[in-house]
Amino acid sequence: MYNGGKILLGILIFLALATFPFYNNIGKADVEPKPSIDTPAIQKLSEKKCIEPTAFMKAEHMVLLNEWRDLAVRDNNRVYVAGDGKKYTISLQNTCMKCHSNKKEFCDKCHNYAGVSPYCWDCHLAPKEGK
Amino acid sequence: MGIDRREFLKIIGASAAFALGGMTIVDAIVKDDAEAAQYTPEPGALVAGQWAMVIDMWKFKTEDDRKRVIDACNSAHNIPDFGEAKDEVKWIWDDSFEHAFPETEQKYLQASLEKMPFLLMCNHCENPPCVRVCPTKATFKRSDGIVMQDMHRCIGCRFCMAACPYGSRSFNWSDPRPYIKHENPNYPTRTKGVVEKCTFCVERLAKGEMPACVEASNGAMVFGDLKDPNSKVRKLLESTYTIRRKPELGTGPNIYYVIRGADNA
Amino acid sequence: MLEKALEGSRKYWTWVIFLLAVIGVGFIFYLRQFGYGLGITGMSRDVSWGLYIGQFTFLVGVAASAVMLVIPLYLHNFKKFSKIVILGEFLAVASVTMCMTFIFVDMGQPTRVLNVMLHPTPNSVMFFDFLVLTGYLLLNIIIGWTSMGAERKGFAPPAWVKPLVYISIPWAISIHTVTAFLYAGLPGREYWLTAIMAARFLASAFAAGPALLIILAMIVRKLTKFDPGKEVIQSISKIVAYAMAANVFFLLLEVFTAFYSSIPGEKNPFFYLYAGIDGFGKLVPLMWISAILAVIALVLLIYPGTRRMEKTLAAACVAVFASLWIDKGFGLTVGGFVPNPFGKITEYWPTVPESLIILGVWAIGALVLTILYKVAISVREATAGIEIEH
Repeated sequence: MYNGGKILLGILIFLALATFPFYNNIGKADVEPKPSIDTPAIQKLSEKKCIEPTAFMKAEHMVLLNEWRDLAVRDNNRVYVAGDGKKYTISLQNTCMKCHSNKKEFCDKCHNYAGVSPYCWDCHLAPKEGK
Repeated sequence: MGIDRREFLKIIGASAAFALGGMTIVDAIVKDDAEAAQYTPEPGALVAGQWAMVIDMWKFKTEDDRKRVIDACNSAHNIPDFGEAKDEVKWIWDDSFEHAFPETEQKYLQASLEKMPFLLMCNHCENPPCVRVCPTKATFKRSDGIVMQDMHRCIGCRFCMAACPYGSRSFNWSDPRPYIKHENPNYPTRTKGVVEKCTFCVERLAKGEMPACVEASNGAMVFGDLKDPNSKVRKLLESTYTIRRKPELGTGPNIYYVIRGADNA
Repeated sequence: MLEKALEGSRKYWTWVIFLLAVIGVGFIFYLRQFGYGLGITGMSRDVSWGLYIGQFTFLVGVAASAVMLVIPLYLHNFKKFSKIVILGEFLAVASVTMCMTFIFVDMGQPTRVLNVMLHPTPNSVMFFDFLVLTGYLLLNIIIGWTSMGAERKGFAPPAWVKPLVYISIPWAISIHTVTAFLYAGLPGREYWLTAIMAARFLASAFAAGPALLIILAMIVRKLTKFDPGKEVIQSISKIVAYAMAANVFFLLLEVFTAFYSSIPGEKNPFFYLYAGIDGFGKLVPLMWISAILAVIALVLLIYPGTRRMEKTLAAACVAVFASLWIDKGFGLTVGGFVPNPFGKITEYWPTVPESLIILGVWAIGALVLTILYKVAISVREATAGIEIEH
């Protein structure tokens, strides 16, 4: 084979890089994150329900928040009428985080697990929590 | 593996059709959700055809009166204090007559004017150059005339700062958070690398409240709808002599300054 | 063809490694800027564009100047340029690459830069600048690469290249016109608010670009077997002479308008740049160096004896390039911001990290240029003696 050694070496380097995520995670516990909804505000709720069904919020909250920010900032539509007809003020800090005042145990739990770092918090202030 | 050209094209065609079909299904699901949800403006919101402000500096008796107004804005909007003029973030600030109206300077100026500080802010122009130049529509004009800044979309190119003839736009040269003395937990801060400016307190207007500076000014600043002939601003403009900053540039500034003679001072 | 860039002399590799090192240093400082923000530069709320945008402006001109070789060759059938036109096209590729990198490093939120495409805004000149620059880059890569590939095999370039060449001519003019419009349409910035801005930009571009090309051709001739020919260099030198004369003429037109009208807003930037105001005058020495270099260059270029002698011609070209770099890459951007909208003065001077990032971007351009020239010259050396119909 012409230049066989170099080619093999190249393939090896490629494989080593491409499989990095697998061997890097070997032996690490794969525990499903359990975001906590144990906050004073949520405890007070008679029915522990977010603005939309949990399954929807789990899968689509980022889409919803993206829509919210455009609607509030760009179209000045600051009220969200949920599927069940209830109305909510569109605000990450003043609506979402008033109930979910435990960013570390709620937001960060899943975000860290999924390896995403949304830049919401570069501007939006997280509620004050004990360290 | 014998795959001829014909077969290959068939497979390509089939997968394209499949992909398109899949997209339609996804679209349908997403649309459903969008239909379930609705958005409306706040019921008690203040609305206007063109918001404008008339500022009477003669009604500010002491430095504290001015400071109170500026602080009201700074603390409501988490304005950082970088402590250095070149990095300053300013939504509302004061400066001398000579600096506020640079091309109208004259040697023998009315004494009361010469020393009078003027409150300056974004002019929410009728024909804003910053909006014209923005490459992403991050700054845009709302239907009520407010020149709005979408900090989510701003790429920080600073074309708007070059275009604004009033120096009303500020850039975050670094993370502003460490420079905010008292955080207002109900309002966001900004992040490094975006441009910001006065928004006429859109968040307060939406709740039916006057802008923070107007509220703190004890009547020295009047805010209202320029398109409404019965509004307080229109009445004031009809009855008092007012000037605007650099009207000759055709930007149509919407902040008016009352000018009084020396005897009224 | 790219493989030709992978074999070279020791000198070649030393140069490449040197450039990579400079890029590396620039990149490290860019990471710092990425982390901290643009506050590590000398820019401020008053001078909100600095050397980054200045370099971009200057280099758009260098890129556009390739057209000064394309027009004589393709529109006037001036065959002598057929050998060197590829150097012009590849110089354009390297310059546009630098332009785009400078725009990128100037962004406050670089990760959001694709918002320009996601939310197209036809009323923004910057949006158009993005479009025309991308188009010009592609045009020059396609034209240059295809012609080179054909030449290597001993053929004339395929017929479809010709229409692209013709398109590239108005396109080159457009990139610099649009760049001038970035400045020339802003109310309240009197130093920029002038109808001859685009014309001035083109004149300075057609002086600085070909001047750089002459210097590059001389270097190439010294280091390789490829010789564009004395006559070619002489022809380009006349282009530089005319363009530089036009550029100085345009600058004097601006001076006349400002000072005869005597409008303060028109005069103040000139006062700041060439005399200083209230003791603020960081740019004054630079601007005078630029003016003096421009005069020296003009004398050397207009007097036939010094233009024909290659040593003095080389000196004239260096003077043109340096003079215009100061005038357009530095003074023009900063001058528009001083005094600020309140009539106050804030000065600008690049910081060390900023300067190293700038050097890094120039090194990226030099590396792209080196690789492209290496390929072109290797092909030329291999096919030396074979005549090709253009």
